[in-house]
Amino acid sequence: MSDHIAARLRESLGAVALTQSPGGRPRVAPDTIENAAGVLALASAEGWSVQLEGQGSWGLPSATADLVVTTTGLDTIPKIAAADLVATVQAGVSLAELNRKLHDAGIWLPWDPPGGPDRTIGGIIAAGTAGPLRLGFGPIRDSLVGCTIVTGDGRILRPGGIVVKNVAGYDLTRFQAGGFGAFGLIAELHLRLRANPGADRTHLAHGDRDILTRAGRGLIDGGLEPASLELLSPALGAHADWTLAVRLIGPDAAIGAQAAALHGLTTLSWMELTREQASAFWHQAARGALGGPVTLRLGTLLDGIDATIDLLEERLDSGLISAGAGTGSLRWTGSASAETLIQLRRITAEREIPLTVERAPGDVLAAVGHFGAYREGVGRLVAGLRGAFDPQGILQVPTDAEPHDA
Amino acid sequence: MAALSEELAAVVGPRWIRHRQAELAVFRADGLPTHEVTPGLAVLPGTREQVIEIVRLLYRHRTPFVARGAGTGLSGGALAESDAVLIVLTRLNRILRLDPAARRAVVEPGVVNARLTEAAAPFGLHYAPDPSSQSACTIGGNVAENAGGPHCLKYGVTTNHVVALEVVLPDGTVTRLGSPQGEPWGPDLVALFVGSEGMFGIATEVTVRLVPVPREIRTFLAAFSTIRAASEAVSGIIAAGVVPAALEMMDGPCVRAVEASIYAAGYPTDAAAVLLVELDGRPESVDEEERVVTGVLARCGASEVRTATTATDRARLWQGRKKAFGAMGRVTRDLIVQDAVVPRSTLPEVLDAIARIAAQEQVTVVNVFHAGDGNLHPNICYDRRDAALVARVQRASRAIMETCVAAGGTITGEHGVGSDKIDFMPLIFDPATLSAMCDVRRVFDPEGRANPGKVIPLRSCREWRAGGIA
Repeated sequence: MSDHIAARLRESLGAVALTQSPGGRPRVAPDTIENAAGVLALASAEGWSVQLEGQGSWGLPSATADLVVTTTGLDTIPKIAAADLVATVQAGVSLAELNRKLHDAGIWLPWDPPGGPDRTIGGIIAAGTAGPLRLGFGPIRDSLVGCTIVTGDGRILRPGGIVVKNVAGYDLTRFQAGGFGAFGLIAELHLRLRANPGADRTHLAHGDRDILTRAGRGLIDGGLEPASLELLSPALGAHADWTLAVRLIGPDAAIGAQAAALHGLTTLSWMELTREQASAFWHQAARGALGGPVTLRLGTLLDGIDATIDLLEERLDSGLISAGAGTGSLRWTGSASAETLIQLRRITAEREIPLTVERAPGDVLAAVGHFGAYREGVGRLVAGLRGAFDPQGILQVPTDAEPHDA
Repeated sequence: MAALSEELAAVVGPRWIRHRQAELAVFRADGLPTHEVTPGLAVLPGTREQVIEIVRLLYRHRTPFVARGAGTGLSGGALAESDAVLIVLTRLNRILRLDPAARRAVVEPGVVNARLTEAAAPFGLHYAPDPSSQSACTIGGNVAENAGGPHCLKYGVTTNHVVALEVVLPDGTVTRLGSPQGEPWGPDLVALFVGSEGMFGIATEVTVRLVPVPREIRTFLAAFSTIRAASEAVSGIIAAGVVPAALEMMDGPCVRAVEASIYAAGYPTDAAAVLLVELDGRPESVDEEERVVTGVLARCGASEVRTATTATDRARLWQGRKKAFGAMGRVTRDLIVQDAVVPRSTLPEVLDAIARIAAQEQVTVVNVFHAGDGNLHPNICYDRRDAALVARVQRASRAIMETCVAAGGTITGEHGVGSDKIDFMPLIFDPATLSAMCDVRRVFDPEGRANPGKVIPLRSCREWRAGGIA
């Protein structure tokens, strides 16, 4: 089958960058959007199942797709418009690479997703996976103003635009964030950016979790405007106690004043990190999410953070947990069986807390799905939308739980 | 319609049905003078259960319907043809829950935008999106249009503030999208539903984020002798890393119209442009940002800068901006409030081009807009009784849209496409993208009965089907 696919790809598309994935399946890296459209049109016509991939450093490979299509060949940055604070970026560009290029232009993309810095822009959007900076700069979708999508059958769609405010047509752009590629291959993005900050300062405090959660709430209610306010478990924060990390980003003097307010608003003992220490700390916190095969994302209201962490500790473990004390976005990484996850999901659903499986081994993900069972009426919409963006159903994305779990 | 009217009356009671022409006249427009159409029937449900029952009834009759809030949308989006039923949601005006600790509110779709902010005020919170029509427009309408407003520069538009929805689909299915915290529950259907202009169904319950009222608010008015200098100040402020709460521009004709009206705010009438800059946050942050902003304003040649720190002074500075459309009513019989967006850096060129178009078509264009995000409102003054003038106005409108698109912009930033901009959609989207939008619409509304004929040109769907590609 693999040889046949490789031969057909070469026959139809000429010279294509073809390698073997670790699982021995052919992996193609289209280097233009049109090329990507050609590959997916052919796959749809031939009935090959396809797994979409970025750098492959975050998600875990599925063993069942006929063909892997990676975006690593879509690696250019066609446009940086610093004055307008927007850039056009192909999906295979890594976040680290993009921010290196943007930095020279005096701007940046304020994302700090879990995982390594080599994660691709397309992969981050597909997973909809934001880090602690979500508090100051919003979820991933808030940075998207337009995109180019290649549908499962090879159509090229260009919803949105390059301006930061736009309500023309349905919002097919922000819809892509967190869709795990089930609604087409995200090929190119128009991103909303920020001017480089004058100051970027990180302070840490350590202590019992409930004390830190209360302190975090006190900072928010006290009018502090941190870019991040993150609670990290001992294992993730590399400290005997829990860690509350505050990141302040903005004009110099304003940030100085906010840093001073930190002491007045809490009774915690704060330690400021040097620039290098801060960079290493946040980097380590992001990489921590790779410390186990399963990563979960939950969203709870601010007054439910402690109870939700209690639940995770009780049903899973207290290993690698990160919680936005100002957003209620929680992330857990570790080992968990499909059965455990299904049970946990039942409980969180009763509390109106969505549980998204961001990454898991192929068999676990197939059993539980990224999203699990939908609420009434939603399953039909999701199935219809998948059909609209992938009429032949070739994109292998386990969005839903297997039927017996539904 | 007569039989249907009786069935609907059985749901809501006869007094909440409108079928006489005189009664229906109030629903004929939504603030856009070029589009008027009378619905076949209007029904005003009072509860979510009635909305659901109405939608199910219309599904059984295969009758098209249009959901409508306050009718302030300005894009001809909330208009229904004679074969359609208008579902007016203004009676669903209850704030169902206000949770200050969680900073969330759950509201019915007919709640007036400003009323939600009033209700949240005692808790030190507010609902951030503030369309100029906020004293009248409804949250449900804001959801349909993904409405914006002056303070969206810092705080984001409607889509950034809606976390969950209860919706009734056109076949009567009731479903919940999103979650109280805002994390999507499955694919982000809230992102998709917000801004779908009433074509995916009706939101019967909306959960929104509330944000703290800033501790300190300072407003600055800066006058400039050229529009270009004012535009450069806009870019300079943003490039300096400051995100003002609002950054608004009015051109000379707008300033003079305001000053000649009862809304006079003391703006300098000899200026070619004035900027309103508002900073908010913790006092020490505002101090620092003020230093940066006043520096940029001076460098860009502001001839005069006024500062307002008290609520009364700020309200006075804002009055001219917020009442600008009302003020223009004094100088013109009819007014088209246009809406387009351009990259901020192109503002000087685009405003020059708009002035040329106005001169060429001999129409009066007055600019008042959200400069910080490049969201233009070139307003065209005219008299609808003058057919030749109307034709020139239409040509000017199209030329302005084409100019904005050519500059890399878009045809609407906050008012929506509705029926007004539908012919401009092919200027910004190719046939494949337009037909994909049709496909998505069909998922929610296979029969195309919810707000038919809006947003996507029908031929885009038909051409695609005829090509046999899908």
